[in-house]
Amino acid sequence: MNARPRIAVVDYGAGNLVSIDQALTTVGADVAVVRDGEALRGADAVIVPGVGAAAPAMARLDARGLTEPLRAWVAAERPFLGICLGLQLLFDGSDEDGATTLGIVPGRTVRLDDAPTLPHIGWNQVERTRPHALFEGIADGADFYFVHSYAGALDSTASDLVLATTDHGGAFTSAVARGSLLGVQFHPERSGDDGLRLLANFVALVRAA
Amino acid sequence: MLRRRVIPCLDVADGRVVKGTRFVDLVDEGDPPELAERYANEGADELVFLDITAAPERRGTLLDIVERTARRAFIPLTVGGGVRSVSEMRDVLRAGADKVALNTAAVADPNLITRCAGRFGRQAVVVAIDARSIAPAAWEVVVKGGREATGLDAVAWAQRAADLGAGELLVTSIDRDGTGSGFDTDLLRAITSSVRVPVIASGGAAGPDDFVAAVRDGGADAVLAASIFHRRIHAIADVKAAMAAAGLPVRLVPEAVA
Repeated sequence: MNARPRIAVVDYGAGNLVSIDQALTTVGADVAVVRDGEALRGADAVIVPGVGAAAPAMARLDARGLTEPLRAWVAAERPFLGICLGLQLLFDGSDEDGATTLGIVPGRTVRLDDAPTLPHIGWNQVERTRPHALFEGIADGADFYFVHSYAGALDSTASDLVLATTDHGGAFTSAVARGSLLGVQFHPERSGDDGLRLLANFVALVRAA
Repeated sequence: MLRRRVIPCLDVADGRVVKGTRFVDLVDEGDPPELAERYANEGADELVFLDITAAPERRGTLLDIVERTARRAFIPLTVGGGVRSVSEMRDVLRAGADKVALNTAAVADPNLITRCAGRFGRQAVVVAIDARSIAPAAWEVVVKGGREATGLDAVAWAQRAADLGAGELLVTSIDRDGTGSGFDTDLLRAITSSVRVPVIASGGAAGPDDFVAAVRDGGADAVLAASIFHRRIHAIADVKAAMAAAGLPVRLVPEAVA
């Protein structure tokens, strides 16, 4: 593996990509913003970022021919990180707008109904349920930045995917891991030094893959 | 537990940070990306840019500043001032902002809130409300930088904005802004008790105790200030220490990174 792995960041029109581009570049990756399935070829890892609602995001992934290539990428156990909406899209479907999503992780995206404020916006603690290299060098319970109203709820059969939880009127899953498949509900690219550390850990995992 | 946020606000005019009293008498206070990075290192939880000139022909300057800032400060950035359409919001987000604050344009066309939320998600849409006291426990929405009254009740507009798709409200007391006489906690409480979305308090910060009052008495989720940080009258760490001492959850950042 080359010293600077090539990370494909999927662009499906969901807003700010500058932050993730700069954060990954800072921690030693080369970023390729990709807008179609073909462009995944040659990448060492894929990141699906994004905020917003599931249905328009899925429509854009479909329109750009990215849906099947992304499923194939994960099925081949290649390195993958979903961020915020990019994590939610891995589930079977979303209660937000009834969208059918990628169906890679068993469960649904549900609203944080018991939250005292909604959307859940700001810094909150990420409590790990097991050790993982993604959080190497980061204190358990460290603050990360969240901005969302919905979160993925794993089926009971898939509860072993939980890597961390966060509390906002009740605990929700804030990070998942299954082999090379990783997802976080918070925004590491907007979470200061700990966020950069997490992305550096992801880049290290990609290098080792 | 969700932390209460401390947010430095950078009023930007023609590519520079400025601050005036009651939106006039502007004084140059520095380069936006440079100040943004300093604040991120000092423990700011988020940043707000308000483009207070917002002349259409100068939008390119703002977008350039947004991108330079996003590449230097790894904390969230909200940009407000002069955004009037979904396509203008898209440009600001693509430049590196996480949220856009709508103010005058949302009052003129409330459905803009819904269109922007539909396109980018409600978490990206902040509605900024400038309010002026008109009677005990009554506030009117003002627009165009405080120069024009609308006749709208501020609390009713806050509820409507949230219903239309705002993910957050930035509530500024025009009476207090730039005066250092403390936040209008009655205005804040009237709004925070009637909406579920997070509310950012703005206008009137003089010292750390004001931040405590905005959260404890006003129910604010986040507190914004400009001059006291730009002029180094108080450090963000001092404000957070006072909030922590008052029992409020805040994110403490090690001194070493400052």
